[in-house]
This record gives sequence, C-alpha cells and structure tokens, in this order.
Amino acid sequence: MTIRVNGTEVSPPDDARVSLLDLLREHLHLTGTKKGCDQGACGACTVLLDGNRVLSCLTLAAQAEGSDVRTIEGLAGEGDDLHMLQQAFVEYDGLQCGYCTPGQICSAIAMADELRRGDPSYVTRDIAASPPPVTRAEIRERMSGNLCRCGAHNGIVEAIEHMLRETAA
Amino acid sequence: MRTFEYIRAADRADAVARARRGARFLGGGTNIVDLLRQNVEQASELVDVSRLDGAIRQSDGGGLLIDASVRNAALAAHPLVRRRYPVLSRALLAGASAQIRNMATVGGNILQRTRCMYFYDVEGARCNKRQPGTGCDALDGFNRYHAILGASDQCVATHPSDMCVALAMLDALIHLSGPDGKRSIRLTDFHVLPNASPHIETVLKPGELITGVELPPPSDAVTHSEYRKVRDRSSYAFALISVAGGLALTDGRVTEARIALGGVAARPWRAARAEAALIGVAPTEEAFLAAIREELADAQPLSGNAFKIVLVERTVVALLAALAGAHQ
Ligand SMILES: Cc1cc2nc3c(=O)[nH]c(=O)nc-3n(C[C@H](O)[C@H](O)[C@H](O)COP(=O)(O)OP(=O)(O)OC[C@H]3O[C@@H](n4cnc5c(N)ncnc54)[C@H](O)[C@@H]3O)c2cc1C
Ligand code: SF4
Ligand code: FES
Ligand code: FES
Repeated sequence: MTIRVNGTEVSPPDDARVSLLDLLREHLHLTGTKKGCDQGACGACTVLLDGNRVLSCLTLAAQAEGSDVRTIEGLAGEGDDLHMLQQAFVEYDGLQCGYCTPGQICSAIAMADELRRGDPSYVTRDIAASPPPVTRAEIRERMSGNLCRCGAHNGIVEAIEHMLRETAA
Repeated sequence: MRTFEYIRAADRADAVARARRGARFLGGGTNIVDLLRQNVEQASELVDVSRLDGAIRQSDGGGLLIDASVRNAALAAHPLVRRRYPVLSRALLAGASAQIRNMATVGGNILQRTRCMYFYDVEGARCNKRQPGTGCDALDGFNRYHAILGASDQCVATHPSDMCVALAMLDALIHLSGPDGKRSIRLTDFHVLPNASPHIETVLKPGELITGVELPPPSDAVTHSEYRKVRDRSSYAFALISVAGGLALTDGRVTEARIALGGVAARPWRAARAEAALIGVAPTEEAFLAAIREELADAQPLSGNAFKIVLVERTVVALLAALAGAHQ
C-alpha cells in the first residue's frame, strides 16, 4: 500500500518508527510542515489526513498507508496562486516568523469543515444545538491546538474570519 | 526508540492473538508513540486496532454502545451523545486539541498514562510507576498536578483523562475481549489505586482488548449534566481538577445527584458520599458545599496542591448551582 501525498503516491518507509512528519520532511523533502515539539504539544506539524487535521509528529507514517495526506505545499493552485487562506494570512498579518503558519493554515481549513458539519466545541453553550455560532471565542477555542510563539493570534483569527465570510457567501 | 513491527489487526481475534504473543495495541498513537519515543515504554510489535469496527449505536435497553476505535472527535460530535449524554461531549471537547481528538480512540483514551513529569523523565528522575522500587520524585518535588485522594507513599500520580471522568459519572461499562473470552467491567472498577504497586494501573489482563464502552439509558440527572474543567490556561491543557455533574429535582428536592472528579486521583473519582448526602435535600449552595466536604474529608494534600481541595469544592458548588438553576 502507498500513501498519497498531495496527489502523488509514495511508498511508506521500511522502518516502522518513522513518523509521518519525518517522512514528509526528511524523506520527501516537503519541509513546509514544521517540527516544533515532536510530542503533540504545539500543532506546527498539523496536516490533513483524509481531510481531517492531525498531528504528523504523533502519526506513524505506516498509519497513513492507504490514506490521502495534504500538506501546505498541496493547498495552492498551479503557478503563483495562493490558497484563499494563505492570501488572507498575508493581508491580515497572520504571521511574524512564519514557523507556525503551515500548521495554522492546515488546521483552519479543516476547522472550517468541522463548523460546516455543525460539530460543537468546548465553548459552545448549547452543545446539542447545530450549527454552533461562529464567534471569535469559538474560533480561538477551535484553533487552540496551534500555538504561535510570536503572538500573531489576532491576525490569525482575522484571516480565518475572512475565509469563513468568503466561503459562507 | 527500539525498532518495532507495525501490523494492522485483521479483526479483534487477530489483535488479541498478537497481543498474547507480546504485541502492544495501537489506537491513535497520541500517547504510545510519544512514550516509545521517550523510551518510557518499549514494544517489539504494534498491532493497529484503530481500523477495527468503529460504530456508535443504540443498545437494546435504550443505552448506547460505542466501539473502542471510535475517535474522540466523532464521539463528541455524535447527535445522540450531545442530546442524551451532554456531559460526555463536553468532557471530550475539554481534552487535548482538535487534531489530537481526531486521532485519539476511546480505547486509547481509557488507557492513556499519567502526565507526571517524573514518569516521563527516564534519564533524570526516580519513578516507581516507570521503574518499580526506585522511589517517587514527585513526593517532594513538583506535585501541583498530583493526587489528593487515594494516593500512596509509592505514587501520587493522577489519571489525566477528561472522557473517563464523564464515563465514571455515567456508570459506563467497559467491554473486554481476551485470550480467555469476553467480560465486562464498570469503568469505576477498571482503574486501580497505586497502593504498593503503582506500575499496575488497571485490571486489564495480558492480551485483553477493550472492544467497546456501553452507556446505560440516560437518567434524569444525566440528561441534565455538565462538565467543568479548571486548568492553567483556558484550552489545550490537562486538568488541575475537573467535575462531571448531573442533578435531578422533584418538588424542590434533589432526587438524583451524580458527581465525578478528575485530576484528584489515579482514577476518575466517583463522589458517592457526596451524591448520597444530597438525596432529598433542597438544592442550595450550602447543601452542595456540605456534601462535597464529606467526600473530601479524607483528602491528603501534598506540598504543592492543597489548593485543589478548595478548587474542587468551589467548582462542584458552582456546577451544581448552575444545573439547579437550569431546572427552574
Ligand atoms: C499535548 C497533549 C495534550 C493532551 N491533553 C489532554 C487533555 O487535556 N485531556 C485528556 O483527556 N487527554 C489529553 N491528551 C491525551 C489524549 O487524550 C490521549 O493521548 C489519547 O486519548 C490516547 O488515545 P490513542 O487512541 O491515541 O491511544 P494510543 O496512544 O494509541 O494508546 C494508548 C494506550 O492504550 C492502549 N490501547 C489502545 N487501544 C486499545 C484497546 N482498544 N484495547 C486495549 N488497549 C488499547 C495502547 O496499547 C496504549 O498503551 C493529550 C495528549 C497530548 C499529546
Ligand atoms: S507520582 Fe507516580 S508517576 Fe510520578 S514520579 Fe511518583 S511514582 Fe512516578
Ligand atoms: S511538532 Fe507535532 S505538535 Fe509540535
Ligand atoms: S508566526 Fe512565529 S510562531 Fe507563529
């Protein structure tokens, strides 16, 4: 079985210890996905696995066999086009050093799908209500798995709000 | 990290057979991959059980059957859970991050290990749980996150799961399948207190697989239930303490009270004494405080966590008062 990474079939590593993160960065040289803590605590390594956001540092590459992986490199269109959310991060100052950014962007794209599906969050007052309200508090809670040491959170939330507005229309 | 084989279980019987020969189960991997990498645990074979049946369905008696490989995120978002067992959705959503909840399975969540920092510090710390007989550096060390109930002089670690606190409150049953067949056990009997052997954490036998969790039909107190977690930052942090609570009232009197506590012991702590003290009384803050104080009468704080006693009291009172208010 192979792993489909941004549309390309790749073979899983021989050594079962290799994480999906190390497969991407060290074997495939897709260095957009970042390694912050390598233990699940920062979100920098977030990728989309069959459309769901996961941490690639705690995923063994072997666990992704037969699955579809999308990384920051696979979001934009052909040529110089950026994904709408990448563009919004530029416009709303959603970054300083940029280290957390690929994880933030992958995470937010999946978060938008979760909102569309009507999934609740810890801060959703009426947990049975669907769809939940889209407030700043909701976005912050839903994005809490992505830390930003530069403190670019205000811009990050604004960029995400922009994407949610644009895609709701 | 030592080398290991990775194999996907063909079915439950295959998983159990492999585990009997020494393989370790792999759920989402969010805990065991980290523990292997830090050399806290070792494995020669990981058998992936996360792709086995992952259904959520109603049981014959009107309860809910949840397969062990259901992901935490899927369970929290399930309409039946949100409507009938709101405390469980909220507890799941209080745990970890959206990414981790997408990966973590119900079985793995129940068997996740303590977050005591000395347990993780293979090179630098003594830990009876990791290496029996070496000592416990938490006793005189950083023990802000540690237990106030049911600990021993060998280990004062807490069980870190939010989900399990809700399951304890819900009288959940755990279904197991092992080399000697199937059995079921209440979640509140599943995790054991440290006593003299803190490396033994559950009643699971070698090779036994958690196949699912069963929730009884929701009682009135369960339909009106909530979960509150207190932590050092407002999200993506383990609990200092947490409370799962449910209340049923008739004619201004408590007819059913359910309380379970997290972050206080090596297992989710069902506060049976406090529950019993509340039956038949008027739902006032004074009554709630008196009841939880009965539960905490035996609490033994460590050098760094006496604050947990007051924090549990206040959180229980606030949660039950909110539930009582919602009944009005
Ligand atoms: C940064 C971070 C923050 C976190 N914060 C929280 C938090 O706030 N609250 C919280 O509750 N949790 C938190 N967690 C922990 C997380 O919830 C657990 O790691 C997760 O639930 C484990 O599930 P898993 O499927 O990934 O287990 P795995 O890591 O795959 O397995 C864990 C253990 O369970 C065993 N196992 C797995 N499935 C079965 C089965 N079916 N039968 C028998 N044994 C089995 C494995 O062999 C292993 O020993 C956090 C984790 C991280 C990394
Ligand atoms: S509290 Fe338990 S887990 Fe922590 S160091 Fe002591 S023995 Fe180890
Ligand atoms: S590198 Fe994966 S969460 Fe930090
Ligand atoms: S932009 Fe620097 S860590 Fe987020």
